[in-house]
Amino acid sequence: MNQEDRAEYRRELRSYIIGLIAALVLTAASFATVHWRLFSAPTGILIAIYLLALVQIIAHFRYFLHIDLRKSARDDLQLILFSTMIVLLMVGGTLIVLFNLKSRMF
Amino acid sequence: MSTRELKHAGLNLQQTDPKTHEEAESRVFGFWVFLMSDAVLFALLFATYGVMLSGTAGGPGTQNVYEMKSAFIETLLLLSSSFTFGMASLAMKYEGKASRISVWLAVTLILGLGFLGMEMHDFVKMIGEGATPERSGFLSSFFALVSTHGLHVLGGSIWIVVMLVQLSVFGVTPAVKTRILRLGLFWHFLDIIWVGIFTIVYLQGLTP
Repeated sequence: MNQEDRAEYRRELRSYIIGLIAALVLTAASFATVHWRLFSAPTGILIAIYLLALVQIIAHFRYFLHIDLRKSARDDLQLILFSTMIVLLMVGGTLIVLFNLKSRMF
Repeated sequence: MSTRELKHAGLNLQQTDPKTHEEAESRVFGFWVFLMSDAVLFALLFATYGVMLSGTAGGPGTQNVYEMKSAFIETLLLLSSSFTFGMASLAMKYEGKASRISVWLAVTLILGLGFLGMEMHDFVKMIGEGATPERSGFLSSFFALVSTHGLHVLGGSIWIVVMLVQLSVFGVTPAVKTRILRLGLFWHFLDIIWVGIFTIVYLQGLTP
């Protein structure tokens, strides 16, 4: 390995280690929130764990899958954002339509 | 092309011509398209689970069947396997020695199989308590979602075994490298799906 490669290697190794630590901390925070009921209202707990999951998913994309705002990863990022939009439309649509139907049936 | 400009981490085809490089990049992008279509599949299973959540038909509910401890251990196993796969990718990119890559892949495989073992144990316990998939809509959607993820992990584990064999037979060739690269994307992607599962299924289900 030459000098440049070694620096690059350290940078990438650091990225994986940061990713692992971030993932462990966020996971532990999520489980702790539910286990010790850190919020009195269930809604508070749910909002907290959903936010933690969102941050963790972004951390995984950033540190393990190397998706960021750099130009070289732009194609993948666009694909992921488009898929996210499709997923939100389909999941959101399913939940809205079916819960609406349910509330009208009872 | 310097390594910093590479489109995808782990790709280091130094001794090859630019054409091989371009082909590898389009294959990796194609694999991303597959992963995103897989994400849509999982998203709809999540939506089904959300709709079915209250449909327990008088049977066991989330509080009766989920265990926080085993979900936590499963999460730790899968998270550390993602990290060890990262180490395999780094060994592939910077050292290119088949032995180092194989060791990290083997560690990843063991962690993945440990995860599957824990999950099977959970399922057997649930079924023993009468929480079978046919008991209620809630349990059907639970098993559909979580075992689809489990099957993906099983597929990934088989893929790791295949790559271990290919590494020992062909050595570290460009074709083997891009296959391991795609396997890595698949493995990290399954970890992201699991973040959704432990949050939406287990933690939400255990919230009073």
